[in-house]
Amino acid sequence: MAEPMSSGIRIEGLRKVYGQGDTAVEALKGVEMVVAPGEVVGLVGPSGSGKSTLLKCLGAVIEPSGGRMILGDEVIYDEGWRIGDLRALRRDKIGFVFQAPYLIPFLNVTDNVALPPMLAGVANREARRRALELFAALDIGHRAQAMPSQLSGGEQQRVSIARALVNRPPVILADEPTAPLDSERALSVIRILNQMAQQYQTAVIVVTHDEKIIPTFKRIYHIRDGRTHEEAGEGRLLA
Amino acid sequence: MISLAGRDIMHAWGKFLFTGLGLGLLIGVTLSMAGIYRGMVDDAMALLDNSGADLWVVQKDTLGPYAEPSSLNDDLYRGLLGMPGVAGAANVTYLTMQVRRDGSDVRALVVGVVAGGPGEPGQPRQLVAGRQITRNHYEAVADLASGFKLGERLQIRRHQYTVVGLTKRMVSSSGDPMIFIPLRDAQEAQFLKDNDAIVQQRRRTGQNPGFNRPGVPGLLEAVIAAQSSNSSVNAVLVRVKPGHSGEEVAEPIRRWKRVQVYTRQQMEGILIGKLIATSARQIAMFLVILSVVSATIVAFIIYTMTMGKIREIAVLKLIGTRNRTIGGMILQQALALGTIGFVVGKIVATFWAPYFPKYVLLLPGDAVRGFVVVMVICTLASGLAIRAALKVDPAEAIGG
Repeated sequence: MAEPMSSGIRIEGLRKVYGQGDTAVEALKGVEMVVAPGEVVGLVGPSGSGKSTLLKCLGAVIEPSGGRMILGDEVIYDEGWRIGDLRALRRDKIGFVFQAPYLIPFLNVTDNVALPPMLAGVANREARRRALELFAALDIGHRAQAMPSQLSGGEQQRVSIARALVNRPPVILADEPTAPLDSERALSVIRILNQMAQQYQTAVIVVTHDEKIIPTFKRIYHIRDGRTHEEAGEGRLLA
Repeated sequence: MISLAGRDIMHAWGKFLFTGLGLGLLIGVTLSMAGIYRGMVDDAMALLDNSGADLWVVQKDTLGPYAEPSSLNDDLYRGLLGMPGVAGAANVTYLTMQVRRDGSDVRALVVGVVAGGPGEPGQPRQLVAGRQITRNHYEAVADLASGFKLGERLQIRRHQYTVVGLTKRMVSSSGDPMIFIPLRDAQEAQFLKDNDAIVQQRRRTGQNPGFNRPGVPGLLEAVIAAQSSNSSVNAVLVRVKPGHSGEEVAEPIRRWKRVQVYTRQQMEGILIGKLIATSARQIAMFLVILSVVSATIVAFIIYTMTMGKIREIAVLKLIGTRNRTIGGMILQQALALGTIGFVVGKIVATFWAPYFPKYVLLLPGDAVRGFVVVMVICTLASGLAIRAALKVDPAEAIGG
C-alpha cells in the first residue's frame, strides 16, 4: 500500500529567542530530540514551557535562533534555513494535526484531504484517490462526500489526520489532537496515529497535556523552561 | 485544482446571494442615474428631431427658444422664405405651463404652430392617433405622456381646446410632454393679460382724448384691438433644401444683424452644454458618490468575509497554499459578488425604469461600461481583504 519512508526528525541544540537586548526572552534553550520513522513520541510540559514555540520551529512557521534540524536525510536548519521555499517544505515534508480539526468548511471531506497534494501539483484524480485510500485505512470511507459540519468530532479529527498524511510527510506534528475528545475517542485517535506512523513510516510528535493519553507513549519528551529531557513512557496502548 | 472561491460561494450561497441582492439594488440605482442622464440627452435630441428644423432663427443675442426667452416679429418668416436654400419656414412659440384638466393640471410645453401645415417645421410629428390641427382655434394635439385622450377637453388660460391628435415621445428637454395648439391661440396665451388689466387698459385708452376724437370713427376700437393682439413668436424654424448645408443657408441670414441663427449642431450644444449641463453635473456627482458607496460596501463585505475565515486561511497557508491562490480566492469572490450585484442591478434598473416620471434610457454601452466599472471597483475593494489575508501568519493555526 504505502511505500516506507526512510525519514524521521533530529533536533540538535535548538534555540529560540524572542526580542533582543534587555527584553529578550529565550523560549528554547538548546532542545535535543530524535524521533525515528514510524515512532510516536509525546511532548509534554506546562504552559509557557516552550511547547508551542518548539512546534512552530519544527513546523517551519517561525525561524529558530540557533541549532540544527534534520528532516530525514536533509538538513533543513543549521544556524539558518537551508531550504529556500518553506511553504513547499511545510506542504511536502510536514503534516499538521491541530487541537481542533480546522477543516476547510466549504470543501467536502475528500477535497479537504486532497487539497495538499493538489497544491503540490498532483492531478485531482490522483489526489482524490490518495484521500480515499487513507479514508479506507482510517475507517471513514463512508463519509467521503460529507461536509465537515456533518461529521462528529472524532471523525473530523480522523479526516485531519488523513490530511496530515496525504502527502506522505516524514514527520507529523500533532498539537493537542485529543483535547476536545472524550477518553475513548482520544485513545482511538492515538491508536490511529500509531497505526499510521507505522504504516507510512512517519515520525509523529504529539504535543499534549492530556493525562489520559500520556501513558500511551513509549517515549516522552518533557519540556520545561525551554529545555527537554527524555524519559521512557509506558506504551500502554500498544502493549 | 479546486476552485476555492467557487466552493466557498456554493457553501454559503444564501449569504452571498442576499449580499449580492443588496449590492445589486445599489448598482441598480447607479445604472438608473446614468439612465436618467441619457434620458435627458435623448429628450433634448428628440425635441430637436421632432421640430423638423435645420435652422433656428431667434432673437439677436439670445440662446432661444429652449434655453432663453426669445421674441421675433411673426412677419419675419416671409423674408426667410425668400432666402437661398430655404425650403420652408414656420413661426413657433413655446410656453411651459400647467395645463388644466378636470380640476387637476399637467405640466406641459405648449407649442404654438401654424394650423394646417403638416410637413412644415414645428408641426407635431410621431402622430399615433387622430389628426393634425386644421383649425385656427381651439384644437390641440397632445403627447401620450400628458395623459390626455382623443376628444378630451383641456384648458389653457381662459380657452378650452379639444384634443384631436395624440403623439408619442414629443417632449421638452426637461421631459415635459408637448401640447400643440394653433399659433394664434398660443400667441394670445403667452402674452395674455388678466381680465382686470384688460378692462383697466381699455378704460384708460377710452379716456384718452387723443384716441377718442370726434370725426375719426373706429380709432378707439382700432387702438384697443392693437393693444389686445400680439404679433410675437419665439422662433422661426427653417428647413433647408436638399443639397444645402445648414451653415451655408444660415450664413446670409446672420448678416441681417437683428436675428440669431443656430444650426442643429449649435442647438445641440446649447441644449446639452447649457440647458442640461447642471443636471448632468448633479447626476455625475451622484454617480461618483454611489460608486464610492458601492466600493466601500464591497470592501466591507469582502473584508468581513475574509476576517471570518482567518483560521482557515492560516491553515491553508500552513499546508502550503500559495499567497497567490489565497489572494485569487478573495479576488474571485469579490468579482463574483460584483457580477451578481451587476446582474441584479441591471434587472431591477430595467424593471423600474418605466415607472420613473422622467424618461430613463438604459443604453447597452452604459451597461458594459457599468460592468467594467463594477469589476474595477470590486478588484480595488478586495485589495484590503487580500492585504489582510496575506498578513495572516500560518502560525495562527498552531495553538498556544
